[in-house]
Amino acid sequence: MPTTYVEVYEEEFERLEQALRRLRYDSNAKAVFLIDKNGQQIAAVGEVEDFDTTSLASLTAGNVAATDGLAKLIGEREFSVLFHEGQRDHIHISIVARRAILLVIFDERSSLGLVRLRVKRASAEMDEIFEEMNRKESRGPGGRVEASPFSEITDEDIDSLFGD
Amino acid sequence: MTFINYAAKEINCKIVYYGPGLGGKTTNLQHIYNKTAPDRRGKMISLATEADRTLFFDFLPLDLGSIRGFTTRFHLYTVPGQVFYDASRKLILKGVDGIVFVADSQTDRMEANVESIRNLELNLQEHGFDLASISYALQFNKRDLPNVMPVDEMYRMLNFKREPTFAGIAPQGVGVFETLKSVAKQILVDLRKR
Repeated sequence: MPTTYVEVYEEEFERLEQALRRLRYDSNAKAVFLIDKNGQQIAAVGEVEDFDTTSLASLTAGNVAATDGLAKLIGEREFSVLFHEGQRDHIHISIVARRAILLVIFDERSSLGLVRLRVKRASAEMDEIFEEMNRKESRGPGGRVEASPFSEITDEDIDSLFGD
Repeated sequence: MTFINYAAKEINCKIVYYGPGLGGKTTNLQHIYNKTAPDRRGKMISLATEADRTLFFDFLPLDLGSIRGFTTRFHLYTVPGQVFYDASRKLILKGVDGIVFVADSQTDRMEANVESIRNLELNLQEHGFDLASISYALQFNKRDLPNVMPVDEMYRMLNFKREPTFAGIAPQGVGVFETLKSVAKQILVDLRKR
């Protein structure tokens, strides 16, 4: 089987970021992250400079994968929402469009109820954006009419990455 | 699953270090971490037991620079090697782009190596991947130990599809970057063929 690719183009990226910004504002959250289920960050808004975002994305995906495994062990399809309660900051994790993870970090300026409510609305909006992405991906490699920028990668390009 | 972000101009790839317990997967990552410039790497995360054995995974993000204007990032993961951690191993293979198999060269570990490759093949199949076609490199680690099997014999026993194979002494860094480069190149060449 060939390697599979997830591609995010500018148009959808902006729409996703906008949805995240709105969610962050509406829920009074510190930061909101959208993460691919394999642990890559797709987009982030809010007080993100306070966090190691790469590690956050990888650990969140690991957490969701482990919880998915637990769900299957007891005969559930998935646990769609995870909540971690800290002394100051809390984490709300949910699945969007079955392929991405929405992570909301919030403190006493917000509440679990408010976050849940706003996440629900934002998820519906993001479902639509992902559906649009799926439609574009199914149109084939590159997803669009223009040629893939990677078809012309040379051996020298690759070697130069490693300083050979 | 290579993640291409056209808006942020980034390519993100996932490489998993696989192999039997105590074979040196984490040591490979530690060496890469120690020898990479701080601005080219993120924090290394180890989810380990109190005795420092990998419990879930180690994680190291690497930034290799840019290619055709796209920042190229590799996320390196290890799996826990012990047989009974199979459920965790399967989770980590999700969305993998390339595999490094770290084999233990000690003669009495050959059975564990063979069993682990078989386990890798099966776990990849569960995710819809095929070891025969995925980017793959093999490392014969611990070449400095006294009771090791000759390289050509190991090659006959463990090499799956004539994948690039390297002799390694991970704590000293021997073969570590060569193995990583080999699998990273295969992934990028695949990207070109896409």
